[in-house]
Amino acid sequence: MIEADRLTRCYGRLMAVDALSLRAEPGQVLGLLGPNGAGKSTAMRMIAGFLAPTSGTARVCGHDVQREPLKAKRALGYLPEGAPSYGEMTVREFLTFILRVRALRAETGRRRFEEVVTHLQLEEVLEQCIDTLSKGLRRRVGLAQAILHDPPVLMLDEPTDGLDPNQKHAVRQLIDSMARERTILISTHLLEEVHALCNRVVIIARGRLLADATPAELEARSRYHGAVSFSAPGSGVSQEMLGRLPQVAAIEVDPLDGRITVFPKPGARVLEPVEDLLRQQGLEVSEIQLERGRLDEVFRQITTGETA
Amino acid sequence: MSPIPAIMRRELRSYFVTPVAYVFLVIFLVLAGLLTFYAGDFYERGLADLQPFFVMHPWLYLILAPALSMRMWAEEAKSGTLELLLTLPVTLVQAMLGKFLAAWLFLGLALALTFPIWITVNYLGDPDNGVIFASYLGSWLMAGAFLAVGACLSTLTRSQVVAFILTALVCVLLILVGQPQVLDFFQGALPRKLVNGVAHLSILRHFEAIARGVLDVRDLVYFLFTILAWLTAGVLVLDLKRAR
Repeated sequence: MIEADRLTRCYGRLMAVDALSLRAEPGQVLGLLGPNGAGKSTAMRMIAGFLAPTSGTARVCGHDVQREPLKAKRALGYLPEGAPSYGEMTVREFLTFILRVRALRAETGRRRFEEVVTHLQLEEVLEQCIDTLSKGLRRRVGLAQAILHDPPVLMLDEPTDGLDPNQKHAVRQLIDSMARERTILISTHLLEEVHALCNRVVIIARGRLLADATPAELEARSRYHGAVSFSAPGSGVSQEMLGRLPQVAAIEVDPLDGRITVFPKPGARVLEPVEDLLRQQGLEVSEIQLERGRLDEVFRQITTGETA
Repeated sequence: MSPIPAIMRRELRSYFVTPVAYVFLVIFLVLAGLLTFYAGDFYERGLADLQPFFVMHPWLYLILAPALSMRMWAEEAKSGTLELLLTLPVTLVQAMLGKFLAAWLFLGLALALTFPIWITVNYLGDPDNGVIFASYLGSWLMAGAFLAVGACLSTLTRSQVVAFILTALVCVLLILVGQPQVLDFFQGALPRKLVNGVAHLSILRHFEAIARGVLDVRDLVYFLFTILAWLTAGVLVLDLKRAR
């Protein structure tokens, strides 16, 4: 469990994190979402005990990170931004060092080492210097370091940043596989990641919490939520006819590909009426899609205060 | 179990996997030898002792101790591993001690590798090995004091060069402060008691006392206190940086 209570951090006059409160429960993957410079890393650094909060508190598994830092740190696996590690060490040396510092018992340590190395597919690079590894592998070494002691709470700062799509997929699968009984907090500015991983999202910008919801709830805030879009190439679907439907609030036509999007009035459903209308008119539609809502649009709206 | 040995091992290992350790050892031994035989008139004195050898040590450490200590925290801050280290279940004191002890042990190893000169002097004459042992101890303690200064100043910056220069500067002050020329300079300006107090801060004075073969508790306390004070200051800087 991670709890932050009015966590605040100033750098000089700049408020990096401003009275941020959040709570992540076991079994939850909480996504900390925000534009670059929103204070995600600063917030995580405070929870990890690397930075001291200017005011407010954070607790990891009930241990106050200021008053009982060692207990909190023992319960926490943390991947700092950019996955720093000692480049001159081999993967094996590095992970052994982490085991030693975390003072895992020899037997447990060996078992965990094997498990984690297998899980993250690091067998082949165990004897290589971390400096010589690719970015993706280095990220995996960082992840290995974070989960080595099998922590109940995991905090990953931009775990897939800079990885290729296959590597991203692998890392997400890994996080997914660990999510069941753990509390996981990940920070990201990638919206696809929220879809792929998180069951709750906290959006922050300029250090402030702006939204705390499930991805579905966020999507429901989108103008596109419940909208219907379709392409009807060559046919002259009349916007006028669509506009006459009582459930329709607005219609937009993409100027590039001619795709038509029909927006519902609040609380109304437009899929069926639109389909009916198209059938009545005998219009050929290549495909029709019910939109769930666009996270990027909601994200922009929330973080910039824009209403588009 | 304490994580201090783990951190110490990692530090020592990092000396030896990079060329740092070997370059350092070679330079240390070559300089120690050269200075003793050329600058210290080892033969001409006609005495079977290692005084010309030990007399050079403060100056040797002035260059080499900062070279060893500069990377201690500056490098971690620069490469971002500081965040990794300090989010492991380790206290600042433990991290500081682990790093310092590694450097101190390593310098102890360098010092121990000067044993051929001890064999030489025993072959040539009949030196007082008690004095030599005390001198070695004093030299190692002095090295510890310099390294502690370096450990503290390395926390101040991300730049190893800055850490090196700052450390060398403070160390040279610690050496010079007890020199008669410096004390004379202040004699007129400051009260006599203060000048005497300042003189007691001199590393050289305490080293020379031990090197004469007199193991006075006060000298030992001075070195241990100096080391602890600088390490504590370093820990405080690290803690301040968390909150700043």
